[in-house]
Amino acid sequence: MLRFILKRFLEAIPVLFIVATLTFFLLHQMKGGPFDTERPMPPEVKKAIYAYYGLDKPVWRQYLNYMERLVLHGDLGMDQKYFGWSVNELLASSLPVSLELGLEGLFFALIFGTIAGVVASLRKNTFGDYIPMSIATFGICIPSFVTGPLLILVFALGLGWFNASGWFFPRDRVLPAMTLGLYYMAYISRLARGGMLEILNQDFIRTARAKGASEWRIVRKHSLRGGLLPVVTFLGPAVSGIVTGSLVVETIFQIPGAARFFVNAASNRDGPMLMGTTLVYAVLVIVMNLAADVMAVWMNPRLRFE
Amino acid sequence: MTAEFPNVTQHAGEIEPGHSLWQDAWHRLRQNKLAVIGAVFVALLAIACFLTPVIAPGSYAKTNLALGAKAPSRAHLLGTDVLGRDLLARVLYGGCISLSVGLAGTFVSVVIGVLYGAISGYFGGRLDVILMRIVDIIYSLPFVVFVILVLVVFGQHIILLFMALGAVSWLDMARIIRAQVMALKKQEFIEAAVALGLRKRRIILRHLIPNVLGIVTIYATLIVPSVMLLEAFLSFLGLGVQAPMSSWGTLILDGSKNMEEYPWLLIFPGLCFSLTLFSLNFVGDGLRDALDVRASKD
Repeated sequence: MLRFILKRFLEAIPVLFIVATLTFFLLHQMKGGPFDTERPMPPEVKKAIYAYYGLDKPVWRQYLNYMERLVLHGDLGMDQKYFGWSVNELLASSLPVSLELGLEGLFFALIFGTIAGVVASLRKNTFGDYIPMSIATFGICIPSFVTGPLLILVFALGLGWFNASGWFFPRDRVLPAMTLGLYYMAYISRLARGGMLEILNQDFIRTARAKGASEWRIVRKHSLRGGLLPVVTFLGPAVSGIVTGSLVVETIFQIPGAARFFVNAASNRDGPMLMGTTLVYAVLVIVMNLAADVMAVWMNPRLRFE
Repeated sequence: MTAEFPNVTQHAGEIEPGHSLWQDAWHRLRQNKLAVIGAVFVALLAIACFLTPVIAPGSYAKTNLALGAKAPSRAHLLGTDVLGRDLLARVLYGGCISLSVGLAGTFVSVVIGVLYGAISGYFGGRLDVILMRIVDIIYSLPFVVFVILVLVVFGQHIILLFMALGAVSWLDMARIIRAQVMALKKQEFIEAAVALGLRKRRIILRHLIPNVLGIVTIYATLIVPSVMLLEAFLSFLGLGVQAPMSSWGTLILDGSKNMEEYPWLLIFPGLCFSLTLFSLNFVGDGLRDALDVRASKD
């Protein structure tokens, strides 16, 4: 197990290196930046700013400097839009917000999706199956930028249960987490239903039933571990999707997270911030993928031999 | 979407031993009520969307500032927006653009996916390992983030948007085609082609790819909704289709900005978009089930 984790970690290093290099040179092609104001800057000011960011040096020098600071100090450079702030400082305050939102969305999806899927598999071809599965199909087809505003319209503006935007009180987490997690809840419920059905049709479940084991015991002791395996393998792609989903959700609910910085940096052409957020996202997704893989191996010992 | 079906039946004439397979599939597809309803819905909507620019050109841009935003009425079935523009016309126009973008993006992703998968599957060996490892790595990265970067760096050209959309969604197609080609290349007709001394390029393009086109069509129907979703996602972030053009994504974005005062501006485009995605998914799933293509997904 330890060797497996170590191997995956070592594999991730060249991937991250390539991602960093490609992103750096891609963003170097970007025309314009936060310094292009409507009134042209005096040349000496522009020169001073370029010197401050090291933009007056040749590209390869800039690249080497960036990589050196990144590898040795984990330094993502100075932000170009918010003068005097480093990307690290800006992300240090916003990333925890995004992580919290992402985890809440993921847990929402996991808990409700799993329950819906397991219940549906136990009530196969009855209303207890059709109703959650129809909801799941809707959940997969309605995009988050439609559900988000609709949830605000109904629960915030209509019923007044929640705030329409902001990130101050615990209940401000409810609507964003739901919007972010709905698609994954729907997908997970379908996976859980399929996985459970496959297990419940096996001989050892019939044996357990014949021995008079209670339904609860059959679910908990005999089928949950195997039946939820497809859900665990889906966690990797789900994390990657939740990262992209947060771009929209943080915009809709005006949440001060890292995704808002990314979206704003995209319209401001703020290179260091785009670069920093991309790298942080890549690291995050790779780490979460690894965690999902480890969990899959833990749940399915047969994978250990591969 | 109905254009898909003549294709399927057309294959029945071309592939002799597969004749009954395609007919069976066609029969099974018609049994699947949800898929048929979905196909009819999308077909009608597509006809309406693509005919609007012909029948009522410019109707989407006709402003009536005195009228302003009004709720649905007899004169304007879906109401009007802030500038007094008829929402029905705008939704149909937006649909025209969303569907076109969906089809164009799908085309790009099919071209990339089929070529990549065919090369990987046909050559096998170390090249295959490397190519598939690349697919795995791209899978595990938030690829949409890179697409956004590309759009930011090179500008939001519509052609670039197609390429970017296609570039995201070719991975599944590549895996499916690779598996199919690996199975096909062991068959006699490919051995014969090799024995005749045909070039590899010719074998792949003329003999292998035509034989996987049926499966390509089916999976392409599942790519269309995902590309449309991605386009709307990018449009919602202001990176997709640019004004004066408007897709369903931009309509939803506009609607969500003042949904408190004019909820219909959000609800109707959102409903249209969701129903289309819903139907396309049913059609795609129905087609796949009808042919029972169990291509390797893992």
